[in-house]
Amino acid sequence: MSNDNPNKGLLGWVDERFPLTKLWEEHISKYYAPKNFNFWYFFGSLNLLVLILQIVTGIFLTMHYKPDGAQAFISVEHIMRDVDWGWLIRYLHSTGASAFFIVVYLHMFRGLMYGSYQKPRELIWVFGMFIFLALMAEAFMGYLLPWGQMSFWGAQVIISLFSAIPIVGDDLTLWIRGDFVISDATLNRFFALHVIAVPLVLIMLVVMHIIALHEVGSNNPEGIEIKKHKDVNGVPLDGIPFHPYYTVKDIVGVVCFLILFCAVVFFMPEMGGYFLEHANFIPANPFKTPEHIAPVWYFTPFYAILRAVPHKLSGVLAMFGAIAVLFVLPWIDRGKVHSIRYRANSFKWLLAMLVISFIGLGYLGALPPTEVRTFFARVFSLGYFAFFLGIWWISKNEKTKPVPERIL
Amino acid sequence: MNKLIIIIVGFLLPALGFAAGGGASFPNDDITIDWDDKVSMQRGARTFVNYCMGCHEASYSRYNRVGADLEIDDVQVIENLIFTTDKYGSKTKVGALMTNTMSLDYAAEAFGVSPPDLSLIARSRGVDWLYNYLRGFYVDESRPFGMNNGVFDKVGMPHALADLQGYQVPKMAMRADSNGEMQNIIVGFDIVKPGTLSKTEYDQTIHDLVGFLDYVSEPYRQTRHNVGTGVLIFLFLFLILAYFLKKEFWKDIH
Repeated sequence: MSNDNPNKGLLGWVDERFPLTKLWEEHISKYYAPKNFNFWYFFGSLNLLVLILQIVTGIFLTMHYKPDGAQAFISVEHIMRDVDWGWLIRYLHSTGASAFFIVVYLHMFRGLMYGSYQKPRELIWVFGMFIFLALMAEAFMGYLLPWGQMSFWGAQVIISLFSAIPIVGDDLTLWIRGDFVISDATLNRFFALHVIAVPLVLIMLVVMHIIALHEVGSNNPEGIEIKKHKDVNGVPLDGIPFHPYYTVKDIVGVVCFLILFCAVVFFMPEMGGYFLEHANFIPANPFKTPEHIAPVWYFTPFYAILRAVPHKLSGVLAMFGAIAVLFVLPWIDRGKVHSIRYRANSFKWLLAMLVISFIGLGYLGALPPTEVRTFFARVFSLGYFAFFLGIWWISKNEKTKPVPERIL
Repeated sequence: MNKLIIIIVGFLLPALGFAAGGGASFPNDDITIDWDDKVSMQRGARTFVNYCMGCHEASYSRYNRVGADLEIDDVQVIENLIFTTDKYGSKTKVGALMTNTMSLDYAAEAFGVSPPDLSLIARSRGVDWLYNYLRGFYVDESRPFGMNNGVFDKVGMPHALADLQGYQVPKMAMRADSNGEMQNIIVGFDIVKPGTLSKTEYDQTIHDLVGFLDYVSEPYRQTRHNVGTGVLIFLFLFLILAYFLKKEFWKDIH
């Protein structure tokens, strides 16, 4: 490639040694994206933004935070009070964690609506699911670090779930904690995993997610393959270069997102106890169990499924099953039509049921269980799993609408 | 899509109903803290160091930070707010953390539980709870210190402010609780031995104290609001530019 390099000067020098221009063109300036991306397509770039935000704020927090059972809680308050702008960095990070899940859930919902997981994008979806899994691990371990009451008892409850696994369960929980209870040992390993191991995995997965996306090309709200119709230069007729078109468009999305995000960071960082739980302003106390232990909101849908099942091991299996089933969605859905716009009405109803069930579960998972709530949690859990069964069922002989050839 | 949202909201509205409820607790008043009323917070700081800090600490907070935020100069802070000594026996420095000299073990033995640090109490309990709790102590001879609390039953803390409030006994009455069952609950208090303050004065003292606790739980809150306002104004202006930039670039896309 070095001989036909059109660039001169420093860029030419670099290009002969590193495919800088080639990468830029392949992934940005000559990556052709469908011209009809709508609102739902903002969330991909927003995910990247929040990831970078979390990494940068995380680095600064690490400079002052002390992963030590005796000092962790105090060091967080030290950051909030004595470190210049420490409160801002901490609130950006704590709000960023919740924002990450909001953006990820909406991004996944987009994928469901427009069939972005279907052939040939199965691997994009699977990589994405691994990102989701890594993100949950990252958030779970990060939540232990402030070492408040909810950090401690939330981790205690979640880790003890592994003890439901037959034979190895108790040894496994001991191995995860590194102690018989959540302790300094647990805090230290969670810190190591939270700041090094999982972020590395996350970044690697994000790169794979994007490489896979750019290999097959982006889906779009019509669910049409733009690569079917190309001009003489091989450029898709309904595609436009990602830069400048989608970069300038995504800036609008980024600013809108930042307005909402900053409104939370600066004016309601606790978000009524959902982003920062009230009980987490009390230092961890192994001898005093809080009256009500609730995970942070982004885990509550899965927590509600766990509690809805009366048998502990089955509950754990149902909870993990709720995540596992998402991985195989590309093969559960046997439909050929991608977009909700051209799929059967039954698909729309199923998707609505999934959304209602998921939000309902999330709401119930944050509250202490009562008879009525458990009943509803069971209904919603069935609704959640019924979506996947329903998709498999209806997609065999789905009555779809005719899909246009081109994007209008 | 709009239909979907309506369906979701409609479905969740009844669910919100079962979030309500709660146990009987008296008093049960709400307060609003005025962060611009520095004089009130100064009075709260005075009450805090005189009545609370013998047992409790605000160990994440520094005296001179309180002084700077509440507009009290260092000399006045040293004279009026610092009553402890450091480990060399000289008066605690103005830049020190607001700690006391009671050891946790001694405190736990004396009170059954060690008195919690109060730096963040307003964030874990909320200002309304504190306002009611500090006005809810009543005479109950069955308790070790002879006092119980209408908000926190069987509380371990003695009524440190009894000299100011005086001693009160509860007025009981039968009321239906959230499940519709009749319960004998506290509906009011009668003062049996007056303190040095009237009820109004005492309520104001507690209001000031809770205001100070609210401040000390998040001393940078006003900065947060001020910076946030600027950031949002900037973002809205940026949004206008970003919108027109996008519009300009997309003119030729059909």
